[in-house]
This record gives sequence, structure tokens and C-alpha cells, in this order.
Amino acid sequence: MKFPIYLDNHATTPMDPRVLESMIPYFTEKFGNAASRNHAFGWEAEEGVETARKQIAKLIHADAKEIVFTSGATESNNLALKGVVEMYHEKGDHIITSSTEHRAVLDTAKTLETKRGVKVTYLPVDKFGMVNPEDVRQAITDKTILISVMFANNEIGTINPIKAIGKIAKEKGILFHCDATQGVGKVPVDVQEMGIDLMSFSAHKMYGPKGIGALYVRKKNPRVRIAAQMDGGGHERGMRSGTLPVPLIVGFGKACELCEQEMAADAARLSVMRDRLHDTITKALEDVYLNGHPTERLPHNLNISFAYVEGESLLMGCKEIALSSGSACTSATLEPSYVLRALGVGAELAHSSIRFGLGRFTLDEEVDYAAKKIIETVTKLREMSPLYEMAKEGIDLKSVSWAAH
Amino acid sequence: MAYSEKVVDHFNNPRNVGSFKKEEDGVGTGIVGAPECGDVMKLQIKVQNDTIVDAKFKTFGCGSAIASSSLATEWLKGKTVEEAGKIKNTDIVQELNLPPVKIHCSVLAEDAIKAALADYQKKADPK
Repeated sequence: MKFPIYLDNHATTPMDPRVLESMIPYFTEKFGNAASRNHAFGWEAEEGVETARKQIAKLIHADAKEIVFTSGATESNNLALKGVVEMYHEKGDHIITSSTEHRAVLDTAKTLETKRGVKVTYLPVDKFGMVNPEDVRQAITDKTILISVMFANNEIGTINPIKAIGKIAKEKGILFHCDATQGVGKVPVDVQEMGIDLMSFSAHKMYGPKGIGALYVRKKNPRVRIAAQMDGGGHERGMRSGTLPVPLIVGFGKACELCEQEMAADAARLSVMRDRLHDTITKALEDVYLNGHPTERLPHNLNISFAYVEGESLLMGCKEIALSSGSACTSATLEPSYVLRALGVGAELAHSSIRFGLGRFTLDEEVDYAAKKIIETVTKLREMSPLYEMAKEGIDLKSVSWAAH
Repeated sequence: MAYSEKVVDHFNNPRNVGSFKKEEDGVGTGIVGAPECGDVMKLQIKVQNDTIVDAKFKTFGCGSAIASSSLATEWLKGKTVEEAGKIKNTDIVQELNLPPVKIHCSVLAEDAIKAALADYQKKADPK
């Protein structure tokens, strides 16, 4: 076993060596500009791009012409929201999203509120982090131009009822954008069946390179139009100018092809591993709480709170394992995870949360080591925790009047 | 974030973890912080003839909070009550080389010391 162990695959994934291999010729040999129409260098670069476009489209059941390359999911989310608001502002000024979206959607929505006077409804989620499609229906007004709901949450892995939301959007004739960054390549995503009109996703979350992502933009039923947010040479059917990073795109295509072939086997293997990790921990420790949905969740995600132990100290005690926490001390804002808070998880348990993200290259022995190390560290930190001591003495921690600081 | 060696040392080998009986003579207990803020410190001192002969802590919090309280117990032992009252959070920041975002951990440790001393004095002179 090699240390440190990487269990933070929601943050990013290592690139599959087969992806790297596909990219290498496009750096030095096939280095042409895909937009150069008059020579062989341009043609072979363009061929690489178009092959990738097909591989990517196939994975999500789209047409290759519906793929717009961007720098990643953050840009895709910005382009989708800002591009739709600008293009359809005469139709309305209201968008609907959810409170547990990624910051790339939430902050874009906030910008649209403050700078363009757009009205935004932030739908609540249930205690498992799921959006209720009926809430989406209720929030729709005659001014609604866009619904944006994420496929699966990056912290808790809960998968939203996308197909039901897509159906409502279609019924009402409203565009539906889905940030599927955590879902594509991990679980089946079908833009046709799910009624998705715009979809953001990114290569580096599925064993591809960083710096490349895509926005799926539906071409028919309905034909979706977005206003470009980057002016220039009119690449990507005018929706996103900028010279295409051919090696990254080729790698993105290869990553999608591999996911299409191996996704089912990866998901089956990782969900068994994830469940064993969860079982081992809950058998050894009391007061461990699952965050997110018990069944409707990404197969490689586990998010749990260890009562009486602060998340950052837990990560520090397990420093040979790469993990994430919803603790304030691990965030730039010094606030505990807004996603967990939206689920109704108390701040003290949000501070105590750890996210495990397994991946294609995670080994059984690594997961077993992580379980053992987590159990040891939680046990040690609980011996040091005044909250654990009080709970053992039968004091209800909620009844204590704490001096908030 | 990279921690200083001293923080890592206190975190891995915390000094004086434990509890005294709160009712015991000469024991002062300070509990500061709040679970929803992500840190709670319990610091206890045992005083004989105006000198702190022993100190213990338990902390729920990040590595810096644990290290700050561990260090505080080390410093308290052997000090008189008056000397103990002079320990400042800035001394802890300096000793542990805490980064700016972790200064509140040292403030909490100073508050815990003050709370323990006040509790001791209240018990010793219950007027």
C-alpha cells in the first residue's frame, strides 16, 4: 500500500493512464489549431476534437453538435445561467435553483440577482438533501425562464429526481439546466430520457485532465440558444470563443469512452467497498450519522458525522489519508458546510462531518486501512472531547447554555 | 494548511488530557466555546497554597485548539494563581506559531484559563 491514500475523488480524480496516452500525440506531433481549415495540421487536430465530441456525446446520449467545450464545469454553469438570462430576458426574469447547488451555480445566481435584477428562488431540500419536484412546480411563475438543479451533490452524493424535474420543465415550457459534474461518468446520465436542456460537466471528475469541461446545449425540442459570455473567433458555434485545447479535449473524449465501458463495473465495485467502509465504522463506533440519502446516492460517496469530534482534528489525525470535512476550520469562509446546514444537520454535526470519495483506482486494502485509522482516531479524540465526557455523564448537550463566540 | 511542528507535537502527544472532579477542593474548572462554533475547551486547575500543582484539559476542536489547550496546561503547572492570570493568548500564538485564521484558538485558551481561575477563586472565597 502506498501513502498517502487518496479518498477525495469528489474534489478531483487522478487521470487514467489510458487517457494520458491518448493525449500525448496532440502536444508535439498533432499540435495544429483545430480552427485552421487550410492545412493538414488543422485537419488532424479537428479530427481529434470531433472524435472526442462524439465520445462525450455518446456517454450522455446527446448529439456531437450539442457539445460546447469550456474550461470546466464552473465556466459551463456560468455560461448556462448567464447565457440563458441574457438570451431570454424578454421572456422573463425568474430562475429556480436549489439551496445545495455548487457555489458555481449559487454565486452565479447571486450575481444575476444583484447585477441584472433577476429573481431567484432557492428551493429547500429534504433531510436527505433531495429537491422535491413538486416544489419546483409550485415555484414556477409566468416569468420563469430557467430551472437549474444539480444531478448529484458534491458533498453528500444525494442524487436528485432529475427525470421528474425535467418532465415538469417540459410541461411548462421552461428550460432545464443540470449541473451533472459529479454524476457524469459515475452513473448513467441520459439527457433525452431525463429531459435536460443544458448540462454542465467536467473531465477531471471522471479520470480526465483538468482545464476542460463541456456544456451540453440542446439543439432540438426545443432548440436552446444562449448568449456567449466570451467574445472572439466565434468557436463552438459562436457560444464560446477561444482556441480549443486539443490535447485536453482528446483526453476528455477518451475519459468518456472509458467511463461508458467501465462505469457499471466501477459503480458496482465501489458501492460494495463504500458500504463495507460504512459498516465497519458504524459497528465500531457509536453516534455516527450518515449525511445524505441512504440509497439515492452516488455509489462512491460516503459522508458521515462523528459526534463529539471536530472534523479538522480528525483529518489531522488521519493525515496519511486524503479526505474532506464540512468543518468550518477546513473552509475558507470559517462557516460549516452550507449543504449540511440545508439538510437540517446541526452546526455541531456539520463540524464533525467527513466526506469519503472512492474512485476507479481505490483498493480494498486502502479502504480497510482508512476504516481502521478513522476508528482509532475518533476513539482517541473522543477521549479528549469534553462533549463526549458530558454525553457519557448523561448531560443533554442541547440543554447547556454555551457562550457562542 | 501546514501546521507548525509544535502544533503537530501537541496534537499527537497531548499533555495532561483528563478531568478532575469539579467538586474537589482547590479545583477550578473553565468551560468555554460552543459546539456549534466548532470548539469547546474544558480546562481545570488544582491549586494548593496558591500554586497550581496540576492542570488538565479536554478539547473539542481543531488541531490548533487542542494544541493551545495542551500547551496552556503545561504552562499553568507550577505557576501561582496570579502568574497564571498573566498568560496571554499572544504568548500561545508565538509559541505554537499559529497562523492568523487560528488566533481564535489561542483566545479561547486564554478565556479557558481565566474561567478556570475565576471558578477556583469563587469556590475559595464564596461571597
